[in-house]
Amino acid sequence: MLKDSDRIFQNIYGIKGDDLETARSIGDWKDTKDILAKGRDWVIEEVKTSGLRGRGGAGFGTGLKWSFMPKEGDRPQFLVINADEGEPGTCKDREILRNEPHKLIEGALIAGFAMGAHASYIYIRGEFYHEAVALQKAIDEAYAAGLLGEEACGSGWKMDVYVHRGMGAYVCGEEGALIQSLEGKKGQPRLKPPFPAGVGLYGCPTTVNNVESIAVVPTICRRGGEWFGALGKPNNTGTKLMCVSGHVNNPCTFEEEMGVPLKEMIEKHCGGVVGGWDNLLGIIPGGCSVPVMTKEMCDVATMDYDNLREHGSGLGTAAVIVMNKQTDIIYAIARLSKFYAHESCGQCTPCREGTGWISRMMDRMVIGNATIEEIDMLENVTRQIEGNTICALGDAAAWPIQGLIRHFRPLIEQRIADYQAAKNAAA
Amino acid sequence: MSGVSQTVEQPESFVFTDETMAKAKEVLAKYPEDRKESAVMPLLDLAQRQHNGWLPIAAMDYVAGICEMAPIKVYEVASFYTMYNRTPVGENHVQICTNISCWLKGSDKIVDAAKEVLGVGFGQTTEDNKFTLSEVECLGACVNAPMMQINDDFYEDLDSSSTKAIFEALKKGEQPKTGPQGDRVGCQPAGGLTSLKEQANA
Repeated sequence: MLKDSDRIFQNIYGIKGDDLETARSIGDWKDTKDILAKGRDWVIEEVKTSGLRGRGGAGFGTGLKWSFMPKEGDRPQFLVINADEGEPGTCKDREILRNEPHKLIEGALIAGFAMGAHASYIYIRGEFYHEAVALQKAIDEAYAAGLLGEEACGSGWKMDVYVHRGMGAYVCGEEGALIQSLEGKKGQPRLKPPFPAGVGLYGCPTTVNNVESIAVVPTICRRGGEWFGALGKPNNTGTKLMCVSGHVNNPCTFEEEMGVPLKEMIEKHCGGVVGGWDNLLGIIPGGCSVPVMTKEMCDVATMDYDNLREHGSGLGTAAVIVMNKQTDIIYAIARLSKFYAHESCGQCTPCREGTGWISRMMDRMVIGNATIEEIDMLENVTRQIEGNTICALGDAAAWPIQGLIRHFRPLIEQRIADYQAAKNAAA
Repeated sequence: MSGVSQTVEQPESFVFTDETMAKAKEVLAKYPEDRKESAVMPLLDLAQRQHNGWLPIAAMDYVAGICEMAPIKVYEVASFYTMYNRTPVGENHVQICTNISCWLKGSDKIVDAAKEVLGVGFGQTTEDNKFTLSEVECLGACVNAPMMQINDDFYEDLDSSSTKAIFEALKKGEQPKTGPQGDRVGCQPAGGLTSLKEQANA
């Protein structure tokens, strides 16, 4: 378990306040000029050494991603920060935005410098109105103090940071869709290649990073990549904001070490599962797009990319959704299907048609108005969506269903049998 | 996403007030001179705020003019994003999350309470035009579930009675407490801090 002194987000609960003075008192903006003086290669190397992997869900190496940006060129380069937090179960970036905005802004400066960007756009979901106001206030403070602008922190590097509010579209959390949206278009994902590092915002080299990935960078640079890399497990290093929702006694957000045992974490921070650990039905460990795990898996799983993948699931955004035995898991997954049908952008046929079909089929599975063969048909349709769309929303719609059928097929079959029995009795 | 209703009475014209125009200029300054299209979303939001929470066609056309876009491209944007209302909404736009984390914590009861107190269903507006009720997807406050958003404010850690109390307050023109409705602040564990404990008494 993580020591308080190793927590990056010392003010994640906003107890201390959100102004620049408070931020400075917990170490933000300390000697930023000296960090920049070490050069962009040093920053990228330090982030590579830390082993930091993207905190938005995909888990790609952050330092490696930055190194794809051209070293020189005549086009402007952009850092785009993804604050379009909308993955059901996920509410970690919100706490950074409203309580620790200066970590994000300082991170934007250091990351922007490392990748040769003089401008950064923070794309924040529209519903986070007050969070956007808090963030803008912090940006204004930073400009007034000379931390951003023509001579950011007196370093000679020009850096501008802008807030751009989304307006309610889950798919804009996908980087291509986010860039389209930032350009004033419908948020529909782009085909890759070309990748954003080559052709991104306004056709210029662009890197899109999650809020948390950027917000931890200043601390990594100050305490060293080796410090961050020593926490957690190999290939799954550092600390991570986790948000635990659903059937636990005390749902909450906290920072923990990567690789922490799932059960221990829930008992320590969340007061355990409602009804006790043995009353656990299953957990979705990384936001609604990753498959559900059974209790047997949860007994031994640890919160990191590799271990959760071994259990057929994923760390995703580390949004842990806990369901106890009183849960109708078929309805729970059906609700997710409705979500994906609502959020499909409509660009790719398998997703546009498939998510709606799955949602309607799942509505029937909830009451058992289906046949056993249709379970296989449902599984088959998810396989036809998965991997056949431009972005991962199609995969995300498919995986929860596959997880449900893999682990809870007897329950679905029972529901169908019960429905038929009731129907026959009535006839 | 709801379709544009042709039966909605559309105003003849729309222009920004001086106050809105001042904000619009701040928005436009964020983007490169030749990339005015990037301002379309924030400008539509400003238009909607000026026009009682909904976007008439005249407002979309007006924004198209500022952003130097074909009106159809603005309509595409306005119809793609759920936060643009292309039909009138009540003074308080009540949006209840029913996605997984909220549902697990009893959002069904919040929906029932809302329907009972307001006397309308999803997608409907009360006769006095005070409330419009909508079902929405995850709003990103999952550890404070169940929750709802009314206009710009989040109301979290709801139960049936606190939900009703919020509506009663709004009916009387009062501003209810926003955020978590219980004792806890933000996303802390309700049982007391489990990390950063020395801050508990700070």
